[in-house]
Amino acid sequence: MISAPFDYHRPSSLAEALSLLARHGDDARVLAGGHSLVPAMKLRLAEPRVLVDLSRVAELRGISEKDGRIVIGAMTTHAELASSSFLAAKCPLLTETAPQIGDIQVRNKGTIGGSLAHADPAADWPPVALALDAEMEVAGPSGSRMIAAAGFFTDIMQTALRPGEVLRAIRVRPTGPSVAYVKTEQKASGFALCGVAVVVDRAANRVSVAITGIAATPFRASQVERALEGGPLTAERIGEAARVAAAGAQLLSDMHGSADYRAHLAQVNVRRAIVRASART
Amino acid sequence: MADTPREPYVGRAMKRVEDPRLLQGIATYVDDLRLTGTLHAAFVRSPYAHARITRISTAAAKAAPGVVGVFVASDVNQACGIVPCAADMPNLKNPQHRALADGRVYFVGHAVAVVIARDAYTARDAALLVDVDYEPLPVVTDPEAAIKPGSPLTHPDLGTNVAFEWSMSTGDDAELERLFKSADRVIRQRMVHQRLTPVAIEPRGCVASYHRGEQSLTLWTSTQIPHLVRTLLPGMIGVPENKIRIVTPEVGGGFGSKLNVYIEEALCSHLAMRLHAPVKWIETRRENMSATIHGRDQIGDYEVAVKNDGTLLAIKSRTIADIGSYPQLLTPAVPTLTGLMLTGCYKYKAMRMDVTGVYTNKMSTDAYRGAGRPEATYLIERMADIVANELRMDPIRFRQMNSPTSSDFPFATACGLSYDSGDYHAALAKARRLARWNELLDTRARARKDGKLFGVGVSTYVEICALGPSKAMSAGGWEWGCVRIEFSGKATVITGSTPHGQGQETSFAQIAADRLGLPIEDVVVLHGDTNVSHYGRDTYGSRATVLGGTAIVMCIDKILAKTRTLAAHLLEVKPGDLTFEGGRFSANGKSLGWEDLAPAAYVAKNIPPGFEPGLEASSFFEPENFTFPFGTHIAAVEIDRETGETRIVKYVAVDDCGPQINPLLVAGQVQGGIAHSIGQVLFERTVYDEQGQLITGELMDYPLPRAHDIPEYVLGSTVTPSPSNPMGIKGVGEAGTIGATPTIANAVMDALYPLGVRHLDLPLTPEKIWRAIHLGEDDRGGARIPEADRSAPRYTTADVGEGALEVGNV
Repeated sequence: MISAPFDYHRPSSLAEALSLLARHGDDARVLAGGHSLVPAMKLRLAEPRVLVDLSRVAELRGISEKDGRIVIGAMTTHAELASSSFLAAKCPLLTETAPQIGDIQVRNKGTIGGSLAHADPAADWPPVALALDAEMEVAGPSGSRMIAAAGFFTDIMQTALRPGEVLRAIRVRPTGPSVAYVKTEQKASGFALCGVAVVVDRAANRVSVAITGIAATPFRASQVERALEGGPLTAERIGEAARVAAAGAQLLSDMHGSADYRAHLAQVNVRRAIVRASART
Repeated sequence: MADTPREPYVGRAMKRVEDPRLLQGIATYVDDLRLTGTLHAAFVRSPYAHARITRISTAAAKAAPGVVGVFVASDVNQACGIVPCAADMPNLKNPQHRALADGRVYFVGHAVAVVIARDAYTARDAALLVDVDYEPLPVVTDPEAAIKPGSPLTHPDLGTNVAFEWSMSTGDDAELERLFKSADRVIRQRMVHQRLTPVAIEPRGCVASYHRGEQSLTLWTSTQIPHLVRTLLPGMIGVPENKIRIVTPEVGGGFGSKLNVYIEEALCSHLAMRLHAPVKWIETRRENMSATIHGRDQIGDYEVAVKNDGTLLAIKSRTIADIGSYPQLLTPAVPTLTGLMLTGCYKYKAMRMDVTGVYTNKMSTDAYRGAGRPEATYLIERMADIVANELRMDPIRFRQMNSPTSSDFPFATACGLSYDSGDYHAALAKARRLARWNELLDTRARARKDGKLFGVGVSTYVEICALGPSKAMSAGGWEWGCVRIEFSGKATVITGSTPHGQGQETSFAQIAADRLGLPIEDVVVLHGDTNVSHYGRDTYGSRATVLGGTAIVMCIDKILAKTRTLAAHLLEVKPGDLTFEGGRFSANGKSLGWEDLAPAAYVAKNIPPGFEPGLEASSFFEPENFTFPFGTHIAAVEIDRETGETRIVKYVAVDDCGPQINPLLVAGQVQGGIAHSIGQVLFERTVYDEQGQLITGELMDYPLPRAHDIPEYVLGSTVTPSPSNPMGIKGVGEAGTIGATPTIANAVMDALYPLGVRHLDLPLTPEKIWRAIHLGEDDRGGARIPEADRSAPRYTTADVGEGALEVGNV
């Protein structure tokens, strides 16, 4: 399969990347790991005239800690996240989720920033970012800004990123071990038919739950969270709370899963994820 | 000289000689060919399932730099002839299937125009510049609706959507009706055999090159059937058969999808002649999903007449076969293979099958791994479980009482076939032993007690292979081979059976090395080039080793007989006094090997009177009968009650393909076949929507089995030689996918039995199972299995010898 013609740039700094994006405007697309954009180009569903490949921008890569936050460069691959012992200790939801993405080839090339900025409604990182209350560090022509995950995913394949902006890093707070990501795969693509990310904050006696794959955007299951507020995480309470997992969601429905089935999976996976997370201490 | 007799190669689990080049990425596929001056083709294909073409504007594409030409139907159809259908189907209404759509498109992906350019990128870009106006027409997608009065027509000029009607039965139907009337029960079930996409990892592709001086055409094409292409292409493009050479380089998977002559092969050939340059076309994955044949797609209504004691009497089938828009090479023959095997392993007294082939606005169906026999085995083995359940019998005991014993062979079936040899009871016993049957039933009982959905499934199967005797085939069912002892004493083996991944470069070398007494390193197997392998009928229907291998044996017999006269002459003894062992002819303490005899035969200065120089022989092997491999598969599954997901926790396959030339190749074939079945049972299906749009047009939507879907296989075998060929072998290329589909389906249905679910059509996706569990959906209809029966054990323990058993050929 052959894409439409395009010009290709591979800047070595973020400043250079931003200037290329400014120069080419709407003609340009950012290329991260390429595992969503390149197939779309081969099918000619996307025909960008200019690609700005971020793979050589060193400052966008890597995992560090700053001011009590974990900072993950947007170009960090799924495989790097999966194998990070630092993250396994400080933010294990990331190391639990990463190996569940795609296959080895995808994980070796695909990046967390590419996945978040692409905002596929069935991607695995968006619910993780939501459940962790991540902040998106964005660089643009007029400087940097932070976008809370809760305001980042605006619609199907749409984010709060403005033209010319690049997702630079994802910042999250460290968590304890009480986290889980439970996913039912869409059998062909390996994306989530329903994926649920859970963080149990024992100190604050609070549970964060986010769901991907069942609606146009990933979302926080706030009704579930409220139902669990202030009490012990017993099997009964978790089961009861999980029943409202998909309440109010505009459910997707296709040959891979009807709206009914997706709503049902949301209940099952929310319950399983909270049970699993709360059992991890 | 050391005379330690060597262990024969035949029977050894040897790694393939093909593997190093494949694993190192140094094999040559069609796309690897680089001919100077090659032009590249890209197709413009219909986005509509049925439409009138009102205008095609090629001006913009033709004007694009690097474009050599843009061709539409009126430019090329006359010169490219009609796409052949070789199936014997007397009343087939066959629309003229030409290279490009002429005025009307009949399916999404139907080729409308072809762009030829100096590189593949330019061709692809220019294809998008071809402007086609379509006027959409009513679309036919449901084959059952298509044969009702008033349905829109796929091909209005045929006046009907019925492509053909075909029936077969045991003698006279009066006996069949009498058996149905005398039966205690008649048990009915409708089953849908879903459409599947073959998805060879290497898509199709071809390069055509015409030598103007010689007026000869060479076509490199990724096909299973170079010889059939060479037979059929001359009639399409007007080049004589003896001026056409077909070459199949490495072929990355076929599964039946490359058992065809496709329009692209004719078009590239024609355009290479017309444009005086090689023309290359490599299929995209999206084209592969939409414009390469699909498989299966039958809907059957089955009726079984049975006595209350479990004796099977007769079976009837009314089947609708979805042809798609055109018959391809063997399309109408596929459901007839279902008919031939309709009675499976069982002693039915009578059968009848009526098939209606129906045109729809979809891609053609044709032979896909198993080709009609998986449908037969699936329906007969699902019916066996359904009937046993209704009679409250142990499904295994039910099978045992209705299948022939080893002394019943050759076994004449109600379908008119003579099964060559078999011991179905032995294969079943061995499978149960390998499965540790009684422990498995304990595991199931414990799992159910814990509230789990755990099921055990069994299928016996018999398939029809080594296709086939020429009397049963439309263009010859023999196979050809040639063996040459070279001057150096090394052997060249040439086969017409065109392996493309099955490993005969290894297994045929094993056969030849043993019989010639040569080290296997001194044997080379050639195939896949019609200038080297002059005749052949290629690979399909699990035929290559049985027929091609036997042709090689015949060649070697001729060479040995000839060489014996030479050796006798040189050693000055009588031919009858010579012994042949270890590659040497010996008498009176003197001996000669190939390194002596081959040069003598070619130098030809000292040869017996009347001895033709050289050591080469060719043979056509014509089989008297098909072969009928068989076996028993057993699976255990556990279903997640909440999500409906199925996990295969145990898989046992016992296959009898006769003596095994190379057990490693046999295991590979069985394992791959079972993987295909896992896909068909649990998730694969080709989906068109009501407008005829292909919803599963790429691998993001068409699920294939992956490594993590494959359970650990326990493989075993029994060995019942076939009397149909000197090696007694039977073929194994399709066994896995024939035996495994009903086995896994039966296991899932057994897991759901305690909930009262009777039958679900494939694929048994998690949502389908969830709907059956929680919403009561059931494709058998009617009431659920009575509460009192649900807790019945169904299967009983058996004395199958639970002791240790070596896995493999024991």
